[in-house]
Amino acid sequence: MGLRKFKLFRGDSREGTMKDFKVEVDQGMVVLDVIHRIQSEQVGDLAVRWNCKAGKCGSCSVEINGKPKLACMTRMNEYSLEETISVRPIKTFPLIKDLVADVSWNYKQNKNIAPFTPDPDKKDNNGNYIMMQEDVDRVQEFRKCIECYLCQNVCHVLRDHDKKNEFVGPRFMIRLASLEMHPLDKADRIENIKNDYGSGMCNITRCCTDVCPEHIQITDNGIIPLKERVVDRYYDPIIWLWNKLFGKPK
Amino acid sequence: MNISEIKTVEHDVIVLGAGGAGLRAAIECSMEGLSTGLVCKSLLGKAHTVMAEGGVAASLANVDTRDHWKVHFRDTMRGGKFLNNWRMAELHAREAPARVRELEEWGAVFDRTKSGLINQRNFGGHRYPRLAHVGDRTGLEIIRTLQDHGIHQGIDIYMECTGLDLIKDGDRISGMVGMWRDNGEFIIFKCRAVILATGGGGKAWKITSNSWEYTGDGYGMAYEAGAELMDMEFTQFHPTGMVWPPSVRGTLVTEGVRGEGGILTNSENKRFMYDNIPGRFAAETADSEEEANRWLAGDKDARRPPELLTRDVVARAIRKEVKAGRGSPHGGAYLDIASRRNAEDIKRKLPSMYHQFKVLAELDITNEPMEVGPTLHYFMGGVKVDANTQMTRVPGLFACGECAAGVHGANRLGGNSLSDLLVCGKLAGSGVVNYIKSINNNLNLNNVAIQKIIRSATDILNREKGENPYLIHEDLQELMQNNVGIVRTDELLSEGLDGLSNLWKKFNNVKADGASQFNPGWHQAISLRNLLVTAESVARAAKMREESRGAHTRVDFEGERDEWLQYNVVISKSNEGTMIADKVMRDEPDPELKRIAELSIEELENEVLLEKGQ
Repeated sequence: MGLRKFKLFRGDSREGTMKDFKVEVDQGMVVLDVIHRIQSEQVGDLAVRWNCKAGKCGSCSVEINGKPKLACMTRMNEYSLEETISVRPIKTFPLIKDLVADVSWNYKQNKNIAPFTPDPDKKDNNGNYIMMQEDVDRVQEFRKCIECYLCQNVCHVLRDHDKKNEFVGPRFMIRLASLEMHPLDKADRIENIKNDYGSGMCNITRCCTDVCPEHIQITDNGIIPLKERVVDRYYDPIIWLWNKLFGKPK
Repeated sequence: MNISEIKTVEHDVIVLGAGGAGLRAAIECSMEGLSTGLVCKSLLGKAHTVMAEGGVAASLANVDTRDHWKVHFRDTMRGGKFLNNWRMAELHAREAPARVRELEEWGAVFDRTKSGLINQRNFGGHRYPRLAHVGDRTGLEIIRTLQDHGIHQGIDIYMECTGLDLIKDGDRISGMVGMWRDNGEFIIFKCRAVILATGGGGKAWKITSNSWEYTGDGYGMAYEAGAELMDMEFTQFHPTGMVWPPSVRGTLVTEGVRGEGGILTNSENKRFMYDNIPGRFAAETADSEEEANRWLAGDKDARRPPELLTRDVVARAIRKEVKAGRGSPHGGAYLDIASRRNAEDIKRKLPSMYHQFKVLAELDITNEPMEVGPTLHYFMGGVKVDANTQMTRVPGLFACGECAAGVHGANRLGGNSLSDLLVCGKLAGSGVVNYIKSINNNLNLNNVAIQKIIRSATDILNREKGENPYLIHEDLQELMQNNVGIVRTDELLSEGLDGLSNLWKKFNNVKADGASQFNPGWHQAISLRNLLVTAESVARAAKMREESRGAHTRVDFEGERDEWLQYNVVISKSNEGTMIADKVMRDEPDPELKRIAELSIEELENEVLLEKGQ
């Protein structure tokens, strides 16, 4: 396929710049293959994160020509031969070096979420949990998440407004949804979803859904139903009146 | 280098590797009250387990009520060509159902049967539908479940930290030196036990389903610390890796495709697996397409199609077709699911395969056959450990999962890896708990050893000039692919060992450019030591075993040799620092286990039926 032009970010949190590279590209290559070729032939210390190279692990999230993508699933033939392909690290999280960002904030959010809490009463006489497929389809959709954090990267609340103290972001909204909608789970996280995890911060622009490589309907199937549960609990006028008169249910 | 300037942290136990085995081991240690540090090269949740597709094998008997641990055990022994450690294979089969149910307790959501139980699918070498699964992303479900459970168990997690080498006090483990990948700083772990859960070393080959992480770190570290490696000649070539385009050659295509009915054909459109049924499996394998079709339709009396023979058999058959000029255009065989299942079923049961081919090969698997060929996938061999405790001969050093040897013998059945890592991960955790109770607390860190470990890492950066680590790695991959591949001879292996000794020389002068901050060239250079130990141990063991068994094929010694069934090849480091291979006599099996494994399937099914009736 011949020589192609690349621009890669090189640098760390103190300083950095886009650097030009020319590289031979073969048929069938993805952007990550080209980055690896540049690494082994031109700049041995070029930092990039990757693992499975098949869209299953969510390690190689970067911004390619401004679009947040997995480098391992972005084919070179998506771009015209003349086009210069520029690759930057994801912007929302602090830079470590070159194309690698520090995503540890996300791991802290997960740790703050009350874990799965099964209801032992849902076991049958043989000790098996019984769940029907149609009752777990939605939860399985959320559990497809590969934690690439592309949704976190494009979320305006996190990216443009940097309100990481107020909103856990789309990834953890669907983590919460997968727990709240799990047929066996008996924990109640609605109060935390409103007060601690910031469900009200999301203004449903669906940017997260657009970039999800697993095509999870993050907004429609995850965030909106959680918002509705919060509204039902806290803002339903009849329930509000009831709670005023008779106290909140335990 | 002043060691007092390096941060030292103290734990009871360090678990190295955070795939399924490491996570399960760490959970066990932490639940038993040990201060547990979990150290992993990648971000949490990205380890190899995440790529496992087809399922986890356990005799839950949800889909076929005839299933029982004894049948799972018999299947595993036969698949391993009876070279498995009998006790390990027994524990694995017995405990797998409890380990899978436990995952459900921790939040896993497996696909369901019509009655709401955990669904199970067919896989190669398993008598019944036995693999609990979630579409074709079972590994993701398992690692995420363990991760989300594990972070609430008080485990301290050290992400993107490479384990360099172990430290001993006398003969006992007393710590490990690590390196933070992001800033290149060193860290000293003081501990009383280390569990190695570092997976295999497939990255020594060119065509592999393994990622950059699979550099045999556990093998290299255990070997250097005085532990033994066993069965290293048994490297599994998964029969179905992608072959086109070149940049994804080796990427895994799940056995689930065949489990769901997929068939293998050659360029003459012939189902060639019918011509490749070994005698041992003939009685349990369909001998006509008509019978195989009845099996696919759910007839329990029909025998399984030959596409579901064990991986060693299928991989060799594909290679034979390609060699004979009957391969697909890019040097593989055709794997066809499109003509067997409707598009909707394929997308539901094999979603990531659909996606993977669509994006990476621009091929719609609901319409066209895939092209597939063998890819280095898994190490049956590994660190030699005790069956009950997972401890090596070095006190305080444990290993589990792919990193350890024993459960799978000469060939692993699909689905037995995810069950192995759950069962043996827990066993290793319990082993550590008991070990730590038994030792006195005062262990010391050896500063001279620490300095030596750190110096061998920093020398790579500080050399004026030297060999390029990426090129050494490429040469190694080329060498192993050509000389220690799917078919071996004494000549090829001897040549391979000569090549390895040259690569060792180059490694001793390896130079990485740049600074210590997140420097993949440096990381690559550091991992070469472990890759070379791994590669040399495979080559030496393969040269010693003069027979063909399971995944180890010697064209100069065809067929299984009864004499060799009595031995394992064990690798260790001599006092002079050279690698030695020994033929070590195996223990006599427990008579009851031997009896079960040698029963005919009809006899065993009757026995199980009687047992279940009681």
